[in-house]
Amino acid sequence: MNEFLTISFYGTAIVLMLIGLYAALAKKNLLKIVIGLSIIDSGLHLLFVAIGFISNGTAPIFSPEVLESAQQMVDPVPQALVLTAIVIGFATTAVALALVIRLYKHHNTAAIDEIKNLKW
Amino acid sequence: MIKQFFVILILSIVGYFLVDAFFKVPFGEKRNNVGNYYIEKSPVDLKVSNAVTAIVVNYRGFDTLGEVTVLFLAATGLGSIMYRRKQKGEKEARAKNPSSRIIQIGSQILFPMIILLGGYVFIHGHLSPGGGFQGGAIIATASLLMLISYRKFKINHNTITWIESIAGVVFASLGFVGLVLGRTFLENFLPSGELNDLLSGGIIGIIYIAVGFKVASELTGVIDTVLLNNRPEAQKEN
Repeated sequence: MNEFLTISFYGTAIVLMLIGLYAALAKKNLLKIVIGLSIIDSGLHLLFVAIGFISNGTAPIFSPEVLESAQQMVDPVPQALVLTAIVIGFATTAVALALVIRLYKHHNTAAIDEIKNLKW
Repeated sequence: MIKQFFVILILSIVGYFLVDAFFKVPFGEKRNNVGNYYIEKSPVDLKVSNAVTAIVVNYRGFDTLGEVTVLFLAATGLGSIMYRRKQKGEKEARAKNPSSRIIQIGSQILFPMIILLGGYVFIHGHLSPGGGFQGGAIIATASLLMLISYRKFKINHNTITWIESIAGVVFASLGFVGLVLGRTFLENFLPSGELNDLLSGGIIGIIYIAVGFKVASELTGVIDTVLLNNRPEAQKEN
């Protein structure tokens, strides 16, 4: 069971990251490249949170009822890191999209091979 | 064709190393020492129920200050990238057609509720899931709702800049008060209160309220900048 969970969580996260990397490398539309970068972000966040998980874990929030069950709480450090990473990911995505909009208005196309005259 | 081959090659190399590295990390087993320390200390020292909030705002508060700075830089940079001079006789409208009556009335009803939910989320950041960033994002969705349903809904960028600056100054000066009192930067100098009380956690609540205002105003500014620059008339001019 644990083996299956390991493969499904880590595997999903790594597959997401690879999908995003594929989109960023192979696609020609700038918008799709930005979407690919944010998919890499999502995969990374899933990977971080999965590393902090413990079996039958609860959220790391204390209340009078669960004060005794601190042993069952998941690791809060990856969650705090992911909270930071989400905000930074939002900031970079916003700036990247603004640059894409600017490039589109300047060249009237969002295809990167036409903008930079790439052969392939 | 060659490009596809190289892409697949890079993907398989990166994928192999990722799988090789991360499948060795045990899944679902014990926490490591850092996590244990924070979970043990945050309800005792700081009286904060939400351990994630305790880490983000107190133990790693300096990180969060940097994070807020990055968000501020992104909002400012977006404004300068999207800057364009207003044409003569141009109207400040976003869409050609006004949205339907149903959407307008519905957004009027929803707007105060969304603001209330956002405020609740960032005020209770140390007690329940959520916090300044999440609450700020919720408030920004309320202004997005108003922007897409009313053509004439305007956002005053001066007000936004002031709210943002004051919130940032509050965050940084709370850190310096800790230094002035002879402790470390951003150390908690207020009484911690009781666990699961709204007025607990010392400066954590104040910092998260400031962060909530800051994130809300920044995201609203970002949304407004992008929407204003992409109305149909603006795209035709080049």
